[in-house]
Amino acid sequence: MSTRLSKGGRLIDRSAAMEFTFNGKRMKGYRGDSLAAALLANDQMLVGRSFKYHRPRGIVAAGPEEPNALVNLGSGGRLEPNQRVTVTELFDGLEASSQNHWPSLEFDVGVANNYVSRFLPAGFYYKTFIHPRPFWKHVFEPIIRQSAGLGKAPKDRDADRYEQAYAFCDLLVVGGGIAGLQAALVAGKAGARVILLEQHAHWGGRAPVDGDVIDGKPAGQWVDEAVAALSAMANVTLRDRCMAAGVYDHGYVLADEKVADHTPGDGRPKHRLWRIRAGRILTATGAIERPLSFAGNDIPGVMLAASVRDYVVNWAVSPGDRTVVVTNNDDGYRTAIALKEAGLSVPAIVDARANPSGDLVAKARALGLRIEAGRGVAKVKGGKRVTSVAICLQAGEGAVIDEIACDAVAMSGGWSPVVHLWSHCGGKLVWDTVNAHFRPDPARPPLNHDGGALVYAAGSANGAMKAAEALVDATAQAQAAVAALGLKPAAAMAPVAEAVAEGPMEAVWIMPQGAPVELKSKMWLDYQNDVKVSDVQLAAREGYESVEHTKRYTTLGMATDQGKLSNINGLAVLANALNEDIPQVGTTTFRPPYTPVTLGALAGEARGEIFQPLRRTPMHAWHERNGAYFEPVGLWRRPYCFPRTGETHAQAVVREVNNTRSALGLLDASTLGKIIVKGPDAGKFLDMLYTGVMSTLPVGKCRYGLMCNEQGFLSDDGVVARIDEDTWLCHTTSGGADRIHGWMEDWLQCEWWDWKVYTANVTEQYAQVAVVGPNARKVLEKLGGMDVSKEALPFMGWADGTLGGFPCRVYRISFSGELSYEIAVPASHGAAFWEALHTAGAEFGAMPYGTEALHVMRAEKGFIMIGDETDGTVIPQDLNLDWAISKKKADFLGKRGQQRNFLASPDRWKLVGFETLDGSVIPDGSYIIAPGVNANGQGNTQGRVTSTYYSPTLKRGIAMGLLKRGPERMGEVVEFNTVTGATVKARVVDQVFYDKDGEKQNV
Amino acid sequence: MLLIECPYCGVKAEETELSPGYEAHLKRFGPGSTDEEFEAYMFARKNPKGVHFERWRHSYGCGKWFLAARCTATLEVFGTYPAQVGEPPADIIEKIKARRPDWKGYK
Repeated sequence: MSTRLSKGGRLIDRSAAMEFTFNGKRMKGYRGDSLAAALLANDQMLVGRSFKYHRPRGIVAAGPEEPNALVNLGSGGRLEPNQRVTVTELFDGLEASSQNHWPSLEFDVGVANNYVSRFLPAGFYYKTFIHPRPFWKHVFEPIIRQSAGLGKAPKDRDADRYEQAYAFCDLLVVGGGIAGLQAALVAGKAGARVILLEQHAHWGGRAPVDGDVIDGKPAGQWVDEAVAALSAMANVTLRDRCMAAGVYDHGYVLADEKVADHTPGDGRPKHRLWRIRAGRILTATGAIERPLSFAGNDIPGVMLAASVRDYVVNWAVSPGDRTVVVTNNDDGYRTAIALKEAGLSVPAIVDARANPSGDLVAKARALGLRIEAGRGVAKVKGGKRVTSVAICLQAGEGAVIDEIACDAVAMSGGWSPVVHLWSHCGGKLVWDTVNAHFRPDPARPPLNHDGGALVYAAGSANGAMKAAEALVDATAQAQAAVAALGLKPAAAMAPVAEAVAEGPMEAVWIMPQGAPVELKSKMWLDYQNDVKVSDVQLAAREGYESVEHTKRYTTLGMATDQGKLSNINGLAVLANALNEDIPQVGTTTFRPPYTPVTLGALAGEARGEIFQPLRRTPMHAWHERNGAYFEPVGLWRRPYCFPRTGETHAQAVVREVNNTRSALGLLDASTLGKIIVKGPDAGKFLDMLYTGVMSTLPVGKCRYGLMCNEQGFLSDDGVVARIDEDTWLCHTTSGGADRIHGWMEDWLQCEWWDWKVYTANVTEQYAQVAVVGPNARKVLEKLGGMDVSKEALPFMGWADGTLGGFPCRVYRISFSGELSYEIAVPASHGAAFWEALHTAGAEFGAMPYGTEALHVMRAEKGFIMIGDETDGTVIPQDLNLDWAISKKKADFLGKRGQQRNFLASPDRWKLVGFETLDGSVIPDGSYIIAPGVNANGQGNTQGRVTSTYYSPTLKRGIAMGLLKRGPERMGEVVEFNTVTGATVKARVVDQVFYDKDGEKQNV
Repeated sequence: MLLIECPYCGVKAEETELSPGYEAHLKRFGPGSTDEEFEAYMFARKNPKGVHFERWRHSYGCGKWFLAARCTATLEVFGTYPAQVGEPPADIIEKIKARRPDWKGYK
């Protein structure tokens, strides 16, 4: 059993007992415990079930590499799935429950998958797609959906808040072990602005656990002194519980600080996401121990050797009473020695190497430990807990020599440097044959904007695996980084760690070397996704030669741990199966984040009301007071309609349309884009920008214009007013103002930079109101001021003046077909002017109307809407807008594009109107059916609907749409498809449904 | 996230402050050009793995368009310069040649 030792534990405070629950069972731990340590102290080794076969799984590691021990943490608004117990700090009242099992952790029905595992091989998922076809839909998909996922997504709203912050530094040091601390000391003393991040709540990394001695002091003491020295430097910032998640271009780093994970509900933000811009980055991220691939290496009780040592030294927890150590290197002996010194039993050290040597081996011998050299594990026995190991010759095929009773196995397959951050921005790796691992290639680092190295790796993250080497390396790397920053590194001697003579490790990828398939199918590579040695070998046999393909086919390394334990072992197995060298096979791509970052931290404060900036017109508050139902238009919120009590939105729209057509409607048109174009060459410029001619527009007049991109496709439209000799005001669509202003600036700055033209986007400087309907003139005359008569202000004219005392510019333009004035006032007058119109208009039946009524009225009138009738593939000619395209101009943007022969084809889909035969409304997005099928067996189409509404004026469904050779086919009946499979018949008609001659707007 | 200095306001701008404008130093072909010329102007982009001249706008800063010489493979930025030029400035060309001896030139 696993239990708490009576003495020791450098990280726990035995005077601070804490209570927590696991699957509802009350347990005790101490302050300083990780949840993993506390669970083990309560003999809770079994903590979960694997994803595919539902095999019982125990804690394997002691750090962020943990693949198995994922739990649901907390409840309600603080429920978090997939939390690794090894990096969860214990707090009083913590609630955890295991995942991926049913009905209980101890008895799980899904484990049946384990017994049919030979029918669930690598690529099972993909193979289910193939045949027989109906099986996917009716058999496999329901089963896979049922078993997919680990934890359950929380149902409640997150009760916590998260914040984000920016930080800047010369050198960012990631990792607070001895290498990171030493690097920060070197850079700090040189005067660099340094940020030092450590993912855990404690500093020092492995050195204090491993018993290293630095400058004659125990490593723990050296670490404390280093932290104190760094804390005293004003130019150094230390931040613990802060995980550097990713390195991005030019020194941008995201780091997730777990501020209050261990103090939930104390009012502080749960996480703080740091966006750090660093001049240079030094990664002292350490190394991760690799498992060994032997049969039964996933049975609870089989753990990484150094992690076993961590539990004993850091938290005074023994994972087992009798622990067999299995290793291919000297570091495993440290665990055996630590266990023995803690008074625990180590029945044997199984060493794959024939002739182990070195100081640690000698010490183990001196302690009387049994060393089985040249041996391997044939099989681990046990179900929910290890009961024994069978040992064999490593060089053989697994014939059992001896069986040793034990309740834990500590395995060490060597160490892999944590190269993730080095690799995120393109740093390359080199294969180190001595240590059998990939380490950063110093000749090919990721580069910064100046072409120099962006990232420096130091310590064991750089392959300097021993404390003495790591300190020397960290000093050198920090000095190089400081020099690259243009600072002078202080002459510094690296601290000296006592050297321990270690024998060479020996790469072992399968144990024993000649294991037959029945053993290989019980050797786990990826614990979380249930990928075994046999799966990778099967993938190789089935032709998956690329490591990236094998990864996806077998799902090796695709779980939430992203293969921190499995990747190197897996690709070594693949390389062997392909008869290639490991460096030739290469690694999969390392991508951020290093460990999962919760979506809450990425969202930060951007949720609810402040999810994104909102643009409000000057009349927005009035709309809110008067019950507007809003719709988003870009970042604007515009009233869709103003429903009255008891009215549906559809009923409100009908009322608004009828009232506007019969009396008086008021529309807040402030969002309309307004761009001033001014200068001696402004006319020439607008003639290039618009398809029509704007330079000839008389002062005081308005003209409708179209803008196209260089391909000739319609991009925006709007009414242009000539303000004075060298000034034009261009109206754009509400969503297009910023884009069109940028488009103008692009041409003025980059192509015609010698033209004398200035532009200003004044959209928000003016509030604009459309006063629409037969009573429009009456209300303006009642307000009084300027002359708004037909004679003084004819259709498509504009004039400056005052109305009701408000300074205004009045445009006689109409998007509804009614008598209409669009009136711009300075934004500060907008709300008052809007209210004045309502007050004065009451006797004329004034009502506000929203965007939907606007859309319906423009569709009744056959006016196009950018984004409805256009989609980036439509030219003005498709919309019968040839009249707005100048034939005389030698050039305008899009003219050459429109001359391409396919755009001149008579077979283009062109704009027409549609009237349904039964009066119904054609569904949005419907296509017009054509006879026959295409090459893929899909029905042919000959057009589609672009705008479709119920017309209150005509009391029937009307639509506009694009139809092949449409205008030639007036009167023809076509069929539109619907999602139900039924079709809607409609007659092709003129697109103008209302007041074809424009008599109503021109009064 | 790239850091690119705006040659107008001197700000070392983060990529989020900028809008991309794709390949620089394109010659516009309008009416009267052949189909081949127009196709090249509209669609044929060098898309090199290596030295690239590109347009950026300091959209959330001074609003100016400018040009940058950048390596698309290593993200090294050789320099930025105003958009109102017909070809890259000589000093940037020299710098690129020094850093990339095999470089064939920008045309």
